[in-house]
Amino acid sequence: MRKYSVFAIAREAMRAHKGWEAQWTSPEPRSSYDVIIVGAGGHGLGAAYYLAKEHGITNIAVIEKGWLGGGNTGRNTTIIRSNYLYEESMDIYEHSLKLWEGLSQELNYNTMYSPRGVMMLSHNIHDQQSFKRHINANRLYGIDNEWLTPEQAKAFVPVLDISKTARYAINGAALQRRGGTARHDAVAWGYARAAADRGVHIIQNCEVTGIRRGPGGEVQGVETSKGFIGARKIGVSAAGHSSVVMEMAGVRVPLHSTPLQALVSEPLKPIFPCVVMSNTVHAYISQSDKGELVIGAGTDQYNSYSQTGGLQIITHTLDAICELFPMFRRVKMMRQWGGITDNTPDRSPIQGVTPVPGLFVNCGWGTGGFKATPGSANLFAHLIARGEPHKLAAGLTLDRFRTGRLIDEAAAAAVAH
Amino acid sequence: MLLIHCPYCEEDRSELEFRWAGEAHIARPENIAAISDEEFAEFFFLRNNEKGLTYERWRHIHGCGRFFNAARDTVSDRFLLTYKAGLPKQPVPVAEKFAAIAEEKSVETWEQTEGDAR
Repeated sequence: MRKYSVFAIAREAMRAHKGWEAQWTSPEPRSSYDVIIVGAGGHGLGAAYYLAKEHGITNIAVIEKGWLGGGNTGRNTTIIRSNYLYEESMDIYEHSLKLWEGLSQELNYNTMYSPRGVMMLSHNIHDQQSFKRHINANRLYGIDNEWLTPEQAKAFVPVLDISKTARYAINGAALQRRGGTARHDAVAWGYARAAADRGVHIIQNCEVTGIRRGPGGEVQGVETSKGFIGARKIGVSAAGHSSVVMEMAGVRVPLHSTPLQALVSEPLKPIFPCVVMSNTVHAYISQSDKGELVIGAGTDQYNSYSQTGGLQIITHTLDAICELFPMFRRVKMMRQWGGITDNTPDRSPIQGVTPVPGLFVNCGWGTGGFKATPGSANLFAHLIARGEPHKLAAGLTLDRFRTGRLIDEAAAAAVAH
Repeated sequence: MLLIHCPYCEEDRSELEFRWAGEAHIARPENIAAISDEEFAEFFFLRNNEKGLTYERWRHIHGCGRFFNAARDTVSDRFLLTYKAGLPKQPVPVAEKFAAIAEEKSVETWEQTEGDAR
């Protein structure tokens, strides 16, 4: 892999940019690998990268049904934060945030991580109590988070409407200054390039259609649209399709897959300094470096794999955006799309061993998986290499639905759904 | 937005009047205190989450207020059938099934949609 640097740009500038090499290769699959990862999103590619880098396992294939980063990795609103309530959540999201901070240097790829601040708006006394509880829990745990009055919030985001007569009036906000955004495609591409450089095979347009198991129940490999590929360890990181893939091994996971929509506006001059989220009215907004306003909506109520969603959901979100930021009422929306999120009953992810020997699962990231990409990938690699979870991810087991030790971020209302 | 046929009101109404209520035909254990942790997890948390034909409950919350069952395709979101609560799982009529499959495979072209508009 040729390193990207200012000298590389200068060198290529002098020879008409003809020397750039492909960022990763597209090899034909071998007959078997040490590890197969199902799903080439950020989590899967990252896990392959960390397996190669930290655990010395390089004979890995990442198998992808569509194209690399074409699922939820390329469909989210790129928000990064770690202001969750419970220790299990704070552990993993903070681990991830720390990796985000050095990711561009580590991968030699500009992931455009921008700690511009994530502000969560409080609209009523319940929000206020809940956010202050989060802030206290975060600060006791060493994670930055602070309470702002409406006036302080407006000083940070001048376009915010804090008038008392607003339809969604605000009585304060929580701000995590280290939170922010990153370029989602670059995360997938950066991990793909770095993993391929260490010998990982990235096999796109290859659908896994079955998981073959041996006499003792252990995994032997996967049936794919390109034939059988053997492996003694399989990591499933298939987001919205996790139920479908796990079913192939006879494992039921407590997930339901629902569409989540996002949309972007026409590009504007820099106007919006940070990320603003409102859990109460299901709206998130930030401005990309291209100038588009990136807006996230809520999930649809029913299970679906359609990668689309109801118009009433985004209408509701845009109602809220126009109320909170009256100056955006005349902005035109340019594109809208949906991704399929895999939601658990407690809205916390599942990462752990399964009843099938050799089969590991990383799913249930629901509506908030992007922020967790480096941390989740890093800990998933540890799980696959060692066969047991890292202590930071020890609580995220599949078994918690039997033992009852849930991580109920849903009830804590730290996530929007 | 979906258009849903309520089997009690016998009308197609907008999705805004309805609430999704999860997988259908899940029987509550007779004596829930007696079941094991595995059985409870199965009953309480594990759901099918099918890609394709699914049976689910809906509630006409802003209409008659009643629960009913539906068969729906989770790829196209198309309702294949709705029927009253309490009835056993209803088979999906073959014609509906084929229509759903044909719909999935058909590619929406400019000519087709223009044709519809005319």
